[in-house]
Amino acid sequence: MTVLVSVIVGLGLSFVIGLAARAALRAAAPARHRPMFRDMPLTASFGLAVILAYVVVAVLAPVIAPFGEGEVLGDQYLPWAAPHYLGTDKLGRDMLTRLIYGARNTVGIAFATTALAFVAGAVLGIWAALAGGWMDQGLSRLVDALMAIPALIFSLLLLTIFGTSVLTLILVIAAVDATRVYRLARSVAQGIVVMDYIEAARLRGEGNWHLIRREILPNAMAPLAAEFGLRFCFVFLSISALSFLGLGIKPPTADWGSMVRENATLITFGDITPLLPAGAIALLTVAVNFVVDWQLQRASGLKE
Amino acid sequence: MGRDILLSIRGLRIDGRSGDAWHPIVKGVDLTLHRGEVLGLIGESGAGKSTLGLAAMGFARDGCRISGGTINFDGIDLRTAPEAIRRGLRGKRIAYVAQSAAASFNPAHRLIDQYCEAPVVHGVMSREKAEGDAVDLYRRMRLPNPEDIGFRYPHQVSGGQLQRAMTAMAMACRPDLIIFDEPTTALDVTTQIEVLAAIRDIVRQSGTAAIYITHDLAVVAQMADRIKVLLRGDEVEEADTRSMLAAPRQAYTRSLWAVRSFARAEQPPGTGTPVVSVRNVTAGYGAVDVLKNVSFDIHARRTVAVVGESGSGKSTAARVIAGLLPPRKGQVLMGGKTLPPGFRARSRDELRQCQMIYQMADTALNPKLRLRELIGRPAEMYLGLKGRALETRIRDLLALIELEPDTYIDRLPSELSGGQKQRIGIARALAAEPQLIICDEVTSALDQIVQEDILKLLDRLQGELNLAYMFITHDLATVKSIADEVVVMQQGTVVEHGPKGALFARPKQDYTRLLLSSVPEMDPDWLNRLLAARGEHA
Repeated sequence: MTVLVSVIVGLGLSFVIGLAARAALRAAAPARHRPMFRDMPLTASFGLAVILAYVVVAVLAPVIAPFGEGEVLGDQYLPWAAPHYLGTDKLGRDMLTRLIYGARNTVGIAFATTALAFVAGAVLGIWAALAGGWMDQGLSRLVDALMAIPALIFSLLLLTIFGTSVLTLILVIAAVDATRVYRLARSVAQGIVVMDYIEAARLRGEGNWHLIRREILPNAMAPLAAEFGLRFCFVFLSISALSFLGLGIKPPTADWGSMVRENATLITFGDITPLLPAGAIALLTVAVNFVVDWQLQRASGLKE
Repeated sequence: MGRDILLSIRGLRIDGRSGDAWHPIVKGVDLTLHRGEVLGLIGESGAGKSTLGLAAMGFARDGCRISGGTINFDGIDLRTAPEAIRRGLRGKRIAYVAQSAAASFNPAHRLIDQYCEAPVVHGVMSREKAEGDAVDLYRRMRLPNPEDIGFRYPHQVSGGQLQRAMTAMAMACRPDLIIFDEPTTALDVTTQIEVLAAIRDIVRQSGTAAIYITHDLAVVAQMADRIKVLLRGDEVEEADTRSMLAAPRQAYTRSLWAVRSFARAEQPPGTGTPVVSVRNVTAGYGAVDVLKNVSFDIHARRTVAVVGESGSGKSTAARVIAGLLPPRKGQVLMGGKTLPPGFRARSRDELRQCQMIYQMADTALNPKLRLRELIGRPAEMYLGLKGRALETRIRDLLALIELEPDTYIDRLPSELSGGQKQRIGIARALAAEPQLIICDEVTSALDQIVQEDILKLLDRLQGELNLAYMFITHDLATVKSIADEVVVMQQGTVVEHGPKGALFARPKQDYTRLLLSSVPEMDPDWLNRLLAARGEHA
């Protein structure tokens, strides 16, 4: 019964958030962009509101959080009661505080990683499609070889070689994910490079960088944006998995993935606290994909 | 007429949606079609011809709705009939032949499988009987190897054969009505004749009624019993073919009839160093030579038309000049100097001198760039214009191609009509301030009135800017109106070459005569006479 009620309340709340966010965006947007927000579906405005909330929490984490990130405050596994509104974890740290800091670490790292993977993968993929010949063959076979190694094992290997720090974590996961982005970008670009306007640009004497940036990328945005939404979620999972294995984000830095693992024992006692960070991941994933779907629909003109 | 009425459309209104608003595409048109009668629908693009044709099947495209009037097909009201009944009619009693057979066939299935689908699904005949029937129809459509051709995939047969196979497919259930939507527009003149003759015979023999949609008056004159002229969703006039051709009543119809009258005076022969000269070029892909020892010159202020059917090597010649296909033998000279064979080895100035305009403006303009950047980029790159100077140049170019700069400068290509897009292609070429512009079938995707405007624009620009044109086309009417010199190509060689007047008046080669005689004329008896003269037809 409680489950049913909370689902209904949750859906109602999302609906209200979506409506409110859309109204706010319409009012705040400059006249030029207003039509874009007018046709915006509720899911997209809800997604935008959620992403915005995450960003605010991540940026203002030290201000909002009631305690310090790694501070040990009392007994372990305290129940939900003031001043620890979401209880404490197995070392007696405040759950709410760590959730808030987790937004900063997990979202920040995942976003940086995905962005890096996309810049590298998309540029190389489009360039390979444009260059063709042995350049394309060499690069593509190299990527195939990298993709043949299971991603997690490959990341583990690289992290063991280069040591674990946030920077290497970002670089390693970005490198692994860039191979997937490369494949997509290359196949999309292959359809575009045969168009007459690319031939016209080449005949004009344009360099590769201009071709990639101005002629191909704008036309490849739709599938790449869709992939971005998915890839962002996979990166989340990779970070969590690596943290679980002790090669990701190091304690006492808060990270949603490791928080699930650390407190997993509580689930056996019917306590939902360990699921909160998982829920935070899920909510962001859904929100990102709502926004991406909306952009995708706009870009491909599916509604017309 | 005394025959029964098969299709009767009264006061039909169809709206199309743009953004949130509905605007009318067809504004209350009446149409009556008797059994066994062929009605030609003509008009420029946007006249609502295709929309009306589809409405005759009770169908409206996505983003369109039928908002008023009645469509009565043999006693069935297609507007109110349930979808199941309409689906039962389509393909069985009403069939549709689309403009591009190549795009309408499913490339993954053999022709005969696609042929058999409609009769089997509608339960008209068994698969075995349908196959036998298909061979019979293929034979009547005069397709080569009628027993085997059905077992090929669409990419294994030529465009003209596909169009005939599609007509055969439409005939599969012996429908009462076939709608032909520009079935020969994408074909060469020589191929067009075969398809026209085949379609006309099969329609007459089987007594099927047809609606024939086209923008080509000469074609409709051969095919239709009656002609209806549409303009922006309204009927202009309707009459039987002969009286319509002899004495059109409305001014608009007369302007359509007069459209092919533009012909500029032949320019005096070129003197001095040619802008471009092609010397003994042999070129090809893989092991095949597409061009064999081809030579011709293009002088400033002159238009050289290169004509021939598809596969004759005319586009390949353009690719060699542009440097896209380095020749195996021979060379290309520009202003007396040899050009490097590949465009990558050419200097920026050499690239600037030779610009191209493409057939399909849709694929030649980057859909994500605004006109400002599309036109501005060559000016920025080659002439180093920036900021205010660049802006002024873009506005000048837009004015030059007769588009209002303030309205258009920030538009995307998708916000333009077909003719306007082609104008942008021209402006982009002009922005580089070239000496030679290669026009690759630039008018063949446009309807006749727009074609005329583009040709006039090109002619005016040539005079003002001292341009040389290489005009690749399979449309001899275009050649008649704009060319000074004609190069006739067949299977990779130049078969005839000379000034337009002399070549049209006294063609020396059989092939040239064949091409010239294949251009449809307005006379409704033209096709009969031609076929009789060629002895292909009783």
